[in-house]
Amino acid sequence: MGTRPLPTYVLRLADDNLILGQRLGELIAKMPELEEDIAVANLALDHVGQARNLYQYASELDPENRSEDDFAMLRDEREFLNAVLVEQPNGDFAHTMVRQFFVDAYQVPLYTALSESSDERLAAIAAKAFKEASYHRDHSSSWIVTLGNGTSESHQRTQAAVDALWPFTADLFAADDVEHELVAAGVAVDPAGIRPAFDTTVTEVMAEANITMPADPYQRLGGRTGFHTEHLGHLLAEMQVLYRSHPGVTW
Amino acid sequence: MPILRDTGGADNDAGSQDANAHELWPVVAAVPDPEMPPLTIADLGILRSVDEVDGRVVVTITPTYSGCPAVEYIEQLIVEAVTDTGRAADQLEVRRELSPAWTTDWITPEGREKLEMSGISPPRTLLDGTPVRIGLITCPQCGSTNTVEISRFGSTACKALHRCNDCSEPFDHVKEL
Repeated sequence: MGTRPLPTYVLRLADDNLILGQRLGELIAKMPELEEDIAVANLALDHVGQARNLYQYASELDPENRSEDDFAMLRDEREFLNAVLVEQPNGDFAHTMVRQFFVDAYQVPLYTALSESSDERLAAIAAKAFKEASYHRDHSSSWIVTLGNGTSESHQRTQAAVDALWPFTADLFAADDVEHELVAAGVAVDPAGIRPAFDTTVTEVMAEANITMPADPYQRLGGRTGFHTEHLGHLLAEMQVLYRSHPGVTW
Repeated sequence: MPILRDTGGADNDAGSQDANAHELWPVVAAVPDPEMPPLTIADLGILRSVDEVDGRVVVTITPTYSGCPAVEYIEQLIVEAVTDTGRAADQLEVRRELSPAWTTDWITPEGREKLEMSGISPPRTLLDGTPVRIGLITCPQCGSTNTVEISRFGSTACKALHRCNDCSEPFDHVKEL
């Protein structure tokens, strides 16, 4: 890997939040009830806010002096380092909540551990984000339980969402030399170290929701090094077109 | 132009938000929160300090939520309030500090009173920062504790929507954080 693992690590964390925030933003005014519309907007706001804190840090670390907007709007698909889970397109409400729940179950232990980082800036960003992630997890997990135990239709849709999205979850925990080097320095969180907490949360909530975990072990990896599913390019096209078509535009 | 920058450093004492001795503290402390105007930024506990560093005024604030859209506007209001006293803008720096992370426990007693008077139920106290909530949520209209959460998210990042089962009024509740 490159000689500067910290900027790469910060971008991996930031991109997860920006891309999920953008996906959630796509749903505003499309949710099944007003309360969930407000919820999805608030979730998006928290994720984009976390992304901004991280991009601002990445900007300060950047030898090319790229701004937070440059990171979000001027990088191409292969330069985004988010896990493939967050770029998966929106489906029905169960799909949205299952994707959210998997991310929340990952981010709560991630931010808990990262708030102890030897990097003061990352620790501060994580301590703040932890509170938000915990609230998100309460929200998404209660929906999983409600939908799983609701009608046969809501149960079937939740099961289908879990089956469809589970193969993208291992990418959240993918690690290479970037993490290994930073873990050794006390800066990064070892993904393997927080995996048990994720598994416990998922197992407990799915059991309460009467949802069966998929048996197929296939997992799609690659997001952390820029190998994405076909969906990210479309998302970026929509997100970046204004900024790229009108350089320097303000409103 | 003042320099607006993010500092991750934790050079504040956790929980310290007492009015400090700087002559501009009362000026900055009076800046209203744009989303809940009856409250000042000092009432909310987001104003952390006002200091003099090498002849420059350094105001430190902390956001309530990572994505709080009001932060940039609050920074502008601080710049306006300070420059209105005759200080030059280039002698002012507004710092945004994330650590220690804001907690609703920093909302002052006056802030809580103003929330209630505005029909917003104040947050309950946390135990040592853990999400153990003490007491019941009280309807700011009639004082009943027979209330129910109707939406976990509300009109701003810091609020949820509740309803009173006795007087039937819906009301905002500041979420414990």
